[in-house]
Amino acid sequence: MDTLLNNLDVFVDGFTLTLQVFLWSALFALILGTIVGAMRVSPVAPMRWVGTGYVNLVRNTPLTLLMFFFAFGYPKLDLPNVSYTTLAIFALGLYTATYVAETLRAGINTVPLGQAEAARAIGLTFGQSMSHILMPQAFRAVIPPMMSVFIALLKNTTVAAGFSVAEAGYIRASLSERGEPAIVVLLWVALFFILLVAVLSFVQRMLENRLKVLR
Amino acid sequence: MSRHAFCPKLGSMEPTDSSPATSNITVRRGEPLVVVKDINKHYGELHVLKNINAVVNRGEVVVVIGPSGSGKSTLCRAINRLETIDDGVITIDGVKLPEEGRALATLRADVGMVFQAFNLFAHKTVLDNVTLGPIKVRGLSKADAEKKAMALLERVGVANQAKKMPGQLSGGQQQRVAIARALAMEPKLILLDEPTSALDPEMINEVLEVMVDLANEGMTMIVVTHEMGFARKAADRVIFMAEGEIVEETSPEEFFTNPQSARAQDFLSKILDH
Repeated sequence: MDTLLNNLDVFVDGFTLTLQVFLWSALFALILGTIVGAMRVSPVAPMRWVGTGYVNLVRNTPLTLLMFFFAFGYPKLDLPNVSYTTLAIFALGLYTATYVAETLRAGINTVPLGQAEAARAIGLTFGQSMSHILMPQAFRAVIPPMMSVFIALLKNTTVAAGFSVAEAGYIRASLSERGEPAIVVLLWVALFFILLVAVLSFVQRMLENRLKVLR
Repeated sequence: MSRHAFCPKLGSMEPTDSSPATSNITVRRGEPLVVVKDINKHYGELHVLKNINAVVNRGEVVVVIGPSGSGKSTLCRAINRLETIDDGVITIDGVKLPEEGRALATLRADVGMVFQAFNLFAHKTVLDNVTLGPIKVRGLSKADAEKKAMALLERVGVANQAKKMPGQLSGGQQQRVAIARALAMEPKLILLDEPTSALDPEMINEVLEVMVDLANEGMTMIVVTHEMGFARKAADRVIFMAEGEIVEETSPEEFFTNPQSARAQDFLSKILDH
């Protein structure tokens, strides 16, 4: 307990940054993933190709490598200077978007064909059918696996620690300088992650109950 | 639906020429609204629509009847391009069916569709189901769309269910909402693809009554159905299909009492026996 109380500042700072990185990359992944997911079921073939290409390329790259590209590749590109934290958010967002897209695509496939036909029959365009009929039902159908994607994202934020982003995964490194026992620090970090995931699970259950679709 | 009030109901529907009943093209009085010309469709090896020709005039109620697999649903769905066709031409109100995209969406907005499985939007209330098209496609304000939707729901007898989700309604109620949803777009014609086939027997009549009212008001309707009562009461013409072809095309009375083709006689003997 002393390990925690004596270093509360490091824990609070670390987890605050973790939450920031998580929330921004989750938002980014959700938006990009929805677009890519819609592209993958588009009637326009080139859109499907781009969507499929993106998913296959990025999803099949290990997250650590993706982080490397951003941390070491981006600064070489003569572009405006961006903090490692921002780069980490981009890398995590791009990576997680592929999982969001695939999860959503599975959800779209669970929506009965008749829903799309009825949407088209009243004159909705592809975009309108997607945003008003298919996506809302797809989201409802995939709340549990979608939450798993975001739980994985939450834990993946610790990869950023390797690139000097001082989030929760970095706490152990900071505290070993203060001479704290690594194993105890790691147990505390793990405990806080479990608590955060519990919050996400709670959100999941709430969403599931509120957004149920009767068939 | 005041614009239909002036639409004269076509009287007797006997063909103006004396071609045999197996002839596909029949010239009729009234202005043609849907013209189907030489269309073909294959599902792989299966030739589901074989050189179909048909004309539906404004204000006319046409019942398409036939054994399952005869292509009647496919024909109905092809008219608003939910099924593509391999060749041939379909025009609606003089406009050729567009391939894809916005032009097709615009045309579909003018063609109401009622499905066997109702297909109400499962995540939207009954009221929202009816207002979605008018708001998003026709650009009505929410208030106007809701006012109009409530009037339509009233007309089909489910206004008291407006705030419920579709899954909470009986099949008959859902199908009546689906009809209201189609009417809310003020369509030029309505396609009904086996609208009562998924309903429990005691709910069929409540839907048929709405359909008969619609027919009496002069709505142009193409109805795929086996409901002989509806055909007799409301249809101007019966098209009998079998194996992808139009086999017989005549008045309901003539079709049910004096079918010409062996296939129609066989079909009727099977469905009339019980």
